[in-house]
Amino acid sequence: MAILIIAEHNNQSLKSETLKVVQAATAIGGDITVLVAGFNSTAAATEAAAIAGVTKVLHADNAAYEHQLAENIAALVTELGKGYSHILAAATTTGKNFLPRVAAMLDVAQISDVIAIESADTFVRPIYAGNAIATVKSADAIKVLTVRPAAFGEAKTGNNAPVETLTAVHDAGISRFVTQELTKSERPELTAARVVISGGRGMQNGENFALLNGIADKLGAAIGASRAAVDAGFVPNDMQVGQTGKIVAPELYIAVGISGAIQHLAGMKDSKVIVAINKDAEAPIFQIADYGLVADLFTVLPELEQQL
Amino acid sequence: MKILVPVKRVIDYNVKVRVKADQSGVDLANVKMALNPFCEIAVEEAVRLKEAGNATEIVVVSIGTSTVQEQLRTALALGADRALHIETDQNLDSLQVAKLLAKVVADEQPGLVILGKQAIDSDNNQTGQMLAALTGMGQGTFASKVQLADGKVQVTREIDGGLQTVELPLPAVVSTDLRLNEPRYASLPNIMKAKKKPLDVKAADSFGVSLNSNVTLLKVVPPATRQGGIKVESVAELVDKLKHEAKVI
Repeated sequence: MAILIIAEHNNQSLKSETLKVVQAATAIGGDITVLVAGFNSTAAATEAAAIAGVTKVLHADNAAYEHQLAENIAALVTELGKGYSHILAAATTTGKNFLPRVAAMLDVAQISDVIAIESADTFVRPIYAGNAIATVKSADAIKVLTVRPAAFGEAKTGNNAPVETLTAVHDAGISRFVTQELTKSERPELTAARVVISGGRGMQNGENFALLNGIADKLGAAIGASRAAVDAGFVPNDMQVGQTGKIVAPELYIAVGISGAIQHLAGMKDSKVIVAINKDAEAPIFQIADYGLVADLFTVLPELEQQL
Repeated sequence: MKILVPVKRVIDYNVKVRVKADQSGVDLANVKMALNPFCEIAVEEAVRLKEAGNATEIVVVSIGTSTVQEQLRTALALGADRALHIETDQNLDSLQVAKLLAKVVADEQPGLVILGKQAIDSDNNQTGQMLAALTGMGQGTFASKVQLADGKVQVTREIDGGLQTVELPLPAVVSTDLRLNEPRYASLPNIMKAKKKPLDVKAADSFGVSLNSNVTLLKVVPPATRQGGIKVESVAELVDKLKHEAKVI
């Protein structure tokens, strides 16, 4: 078994998702090679070499890979991937972008969003936004998988694997990077946050979402919303947690003024601890909440902020 | 310019899915079906591009049993011009779907392919990228903004932590994210008109593409159910529980 993992990084440093994919790969078993494709990305390659369990790091450093353009990264991975039994990447927007392109060029299926590895050819993945869990077996010569980072722990560090520099450049010459705007928020991203606090229709309007700010600041939380709150125009769509929005699984999820429609539950029910605050004692959210508080959110939120 | 919009029929997003007792899959009998939400956004974007004078014709395509014609009619009512139904009763994986669509691209020669980033049933998020690979096109996935100019398309993509804009020569593949637009509702006159729009049917096995996948579905089970928790009486009790019992803050 030979496993190729495509590292997730921002050229300066490796992202924690890569450590989780390595952890998933150790469950498959075999030699693990990590590919760091980027530009001026030596620091990221050095970090990759320090991950326990990694046999070798391949480092492709060229302007063509700077922005992780799918066309270029996929050409490189397709070329390298032919020598491996498994190709893995994190199920992030980067991995989801280039890896299906690799699978198609290798003429094999991709298994998306793997949450458990049963054996070298059998994998578990959520379907219907996690409302059903499928176990699938692949007979493809090369198994191409994206791995859901939230489902795996981080591999340890403390290794000094050899780093091999790749000189061949795959510039497909199709796509051109124009700009990138990363949200400069003090808050973590919804999908990576340890704590998420979300507001629903019960917030009544967009201004009231400010009531969540202080609590989010104290807990280092990301702020989300239910589809009902988005549809009502309270907050923008990128805050939506749910089947048609973002799927989150934080340590702590606080649902405020959210009734618990199926489509919302699908996006957050894998959270470790769920708190629901709602004045309607019959709201379905209470059926899945670890801690429910039946109360008016406008009294509870300032009190909660104060007591944290 | 012609725009090709592949669409999928899925369980309506408001329906609670039930896993079959024999673990063979999800129960689809007597369940409300709908156009996949991301596909609806794709149709809407194509219609807006046509309304803005950037496109001349919108062709929608769907693969499946004759039931998918219902969703094709929905897309026609939203503003697509004609539809293609690729008929098969086999459940296809993304790669097989992409191979069929690549044949359609070869036949239709669209200037742009717009499709949903993922279907809310299988949640694969693969077809657009695979279609782009098989046709050698560039891909603008998870689009929140699409701008056409000078034979090129600029696609603003929703990436983890922000937005990235890429430029691709046409033809190109664009996959839609939630923020791209808010789909309109089909008006009654448009629903009536859609019934008269052309809808061709072709057998999937007439495309010369192998429809078999190397991936076997072993079982489908419901997710682990959550234990119902407790109700707390006050904010103080809640904070105490989170600190000392759950130990998450």
